[in-house]
Amino acid sequence: MLKSSIAGTGVMSRSFSPAAVSSRATSMYRSEHESTNHVGQSKCSDDPYDRATNPNGVIQLEIAENRLAMDLVKEWISDNVKASLIDSDISHLVPYHPIDGLLELKTALAAFMGQVMLESISLDPSQMIITAGATSAIETLSFCLADPGDAVLIPSPYYTGYDRNLKWRAGVEIIPVPCRSIDNFRLSISSLELAYNQAMKRGVKVRAIFLSNPSNPIGNLIDRVTLHELLDFVTEKNIHLVSDEVFAGSNHGTDEFVSIADVAHTEGFDKTRVHVIYGLSKVLALPGFRIGVICSFNEYVLATAKKYARFFSVSVPTQRLLVPMLSDVNFALKYIEIKKKRLRRMYELFVEGLEQFGINCFPSSAGYYCWVNMSNLMRSNSEKGELELWDKLLNISKINVTPGSECRCVEPGWFRICFTTITEDDIPVVMKRIKRITANNKD
Amino acid sequence: MKMLIHRLATSKAHGEDSPYFAGWKAYEENPYHPLNNPSGVIQMGLAENQVSFDLLEEYLEKEQEQVFKCGSNFRETALFQDYHGLKDFKKALASFMGEIRGGRAKFDENRLVLTAGATAANELLTFILADPGDCLLVPTPYYPGFDRDLRWRTRVNIIPIHCDSSNDFQVTRKALEDAYKEAEKKRSKVKGVLLTNPSNPLGKVIPRKILEDILDFVTKKNMHLISDEIYSGSVFAPNEFVSVAEIIEENGYKNSERVHIVYSLSKDLGLPGFRVGAIYSYNPNVVITATRMSSFSLVSSQTQRMLASMLSNKEFTEKYIRTNRERLRKRHEKIVEGLKEAEIECLEGNAGLFVWMNLRPLLEERTREGELKIWETIVNEVKLNISPGSSCHCSEVGWFRVCFANMSEKTLEVALKRMKDFVEKKKNKKQQQQQQQLLGYYFG
Repeated sequence: MLKSSIAGTGVMSRSFSPAAVSSRATSMYRSEHESTNHVGQSKCSDDPYDRATNPNGVIQLEIAENRLAMDLVKEWISDNVKASLIDSDISHLVPYHPIDGLLELKTALAAFMGQVMLESISLDPSQMIITAGATSAIETLSFCLADPGDAVLIPSPYYTGYDRNLKWRAGVEIIPVPCRSIDNFRLSISSLELAYNQAMKRGVKVRAIFLSNPSNPIGNLIDRVTLHELLDFVTEKNIHLVSDEVFAGSNHGTDEFVSIADVAHTEGFDKTRVHVIYGLSKVLALPGFRIGVICSFNEYVLATAKKYARFFSVSVPTQRLLVPMLSDVNFALKYIEIKKKRLRRMYELFVEGLEQFGINCFPSSAGYYCWVNMSNLMRSNSEKGELELWDKLLNISKINVTPGSECRCVEPGWFRICFTTITEDDIPVVMKRIKRITANNKD
Repeated sequence: MKMLIHRLATSKAHGEDSPYFAGWKAYEENPYHPLNNPSGVIQMGLAENQVSFDLLEEYLEKEQEQVFKCGSNFRETALFQDYHGLKDFKKALASFMGEIRGGRAKFDENRLVLTAGATAANELLTFILADPGDCLLVPTPYYPGFDRDLRWRTRVNIIPIHCDSSNDFQVTRKALEDAYKEAEKKRSKVKGVLLTNPSNPLGKVIPRKILEDILDFVTKKNMHLISDEIYSGSVFAPNEFVSVAEIIEENGYKNSERVHIVYSLSKDLGLPGFRVGAIYSYNPNVVITATRMSSFSLVSSQTQRMLASMLSNKEFTEKYIRTNRERLRKRHEKIVEGLKEAEIECLEGNAGLFVWMNLRPLLEERTREGELKIWETIVNEVKLNISPGSSCHCSEVGWFRVCFANMSEKTLEVALKRMKDFVEKKKNKKQQQQQQQLLGYYFG
């Protein structure tokens, strides 16, 4: 039974001990409560930075959201609101609708994502399920592809949310497959093979590989050759491959983004083992609207995900609001181009800023963050040293960043620092804050 | 080469072969339309509230700009994905829930957890309160969707609390104890009782005394109580509904940590497409845990903002609640009278979007097969999609749930006429058969 001292509201009698919650709820509560993410978020919400009204507040550099081009979205809605309103026919809004998303939205999304990925792939609305954000898409695929107690292989470092999304309710285990700086954090098939065999020896069933491409938290892109090798691997082991491509459209460098769907299609692999996740939270900075997508070529997965859609279906007015915007080709082209420019500029300024402290960013060409090596600022080359540094960054520099250990990085000293929730003018402020620690370190 | 696909993709455990869904299929293939398809199947299996649509339409049209554009709050709204939910919206929702209960219970917005619909809320609560293999006790007849929502992914079981017409399908202490013993026999830990109040499919509220008995039972057995009150705004006479929230408040919140309420705007406000559901829990740990786990089914921020202003508009909510109740009451009266003319009785109801119709006198045999036989006739020949009691796990055969709020009054009249004709035809056929038998007896 959990302590009832937490956040008590209202009068509670202690005359009977109340019925306990489930063990899965208890273990979820414990794991969440202890995470740095939780602690950092609390500090940010209690004392949020604002250049004008709270210049000494905590600067949030932990959220991978691209706010750089939100003005374009707002402008579009402002200009086109009459069209995006449901032509005053409210009866289109209120009743029950296809539980896995309106066909119009799927079609519009397919068109928009096609543009984002430079027409390299063509999404089919009949192979799409709309989910309440990518979080829900990841969880749903976990339910579809694995039984509780089964495992998936995930190259690490990986997105901190995977631990929650796969384990909490779907009960799927994650086996991290470490990638190292010596390999430029590239995934090696031999590491996958090793991890797979070790799991099988332990009697754990591996059902799939989950990975993010563009990578979160590294920001690199998986090249065509590696994608091909991955497909070979999953084919040989007869398992699934889930490619979380929510950061598609965040590439700001010269490297080409290649979707797993593209490779599977052009190189004649069995696509029924390939599933891709997209969403509007990253590419359009609309996390509040809750639009995620599962694209699958597997009819059983589609059918199951559709059945589960009742647990995560998306508000119809929100869907309708987005249809005309996503279908507007001119808007899409303009948005993608401007966003890319602004992203690149922020990236360069940020990297430059950190270099003056001798802090190196891993060279990346995508994502809304830098993967930063701050090991020379740690007191000890260990996870403990890293967390101490994280604590200093939060409490002395007052910036909230993600320590690599949260992402299951095996090399201490790496941090994910997001740069798209601030403006250019904030960058010097961030650097000054970091100086509080580097200066101390020198002493 | 066959890859693993999750067992549910191919299993039939979800019961989607059941009549509940087969009837839907018949409707979808041949839907009634007053002009284009007047002999099509009339959908009376969907508990949707369309009687107060015009009120919503009026409001939404007036407030369009603000409501859809998110006004000057676009940026905030677009970025808002905090699983704690929009404060303004939760405040408005809590106040609305109190309003529905005539102010007899007060709701604290900090105890609310938002989910994308009541379906998600029920599933989430089940994940939090029960582990795989545990069970929940649910009075029969119950909403067929519970078989999916409470069991599919949670791997929790449902043990029925059997109710029958001898006491108007009310839950008795004996039935509770029997269900509990059943769970013990199955070695399944009982984590709680789940009620729907007002009841779906019975269309009536649970009397105060019964609620108190159930609260007493769950307290003695140290388990939870989930009260699904999604039809609380659809009670025809405002003072007839007693929410478990009222009883908790009257008792000074004693033993309240085991009580959780589920709510949604899909039924009372007729907004199923908006996907707005909520868990209201008196247990702070459940609130915290549910809040975090709600990340998998958050409500769109745009929708929250839209509804925050609507539900804070007291002029609108007061008019809506009052008018909606009255219209539902009238509609209910119409269907009950109409069925009476066809010599069909219904369970005396006082809430909801449906009636619990008694076709026992018309069954050729009082068995499940008999019930399904007459159901098939009604769907395929009379062309009305109604829900047979067996799909609601009713232990007494011959009962059917018939929805009345998801259609126009004219369509309801057509449906009632069809029922009347059907019963008439059946009566005549029976009389003819009896006459022939008699003749055969005399002259055979």
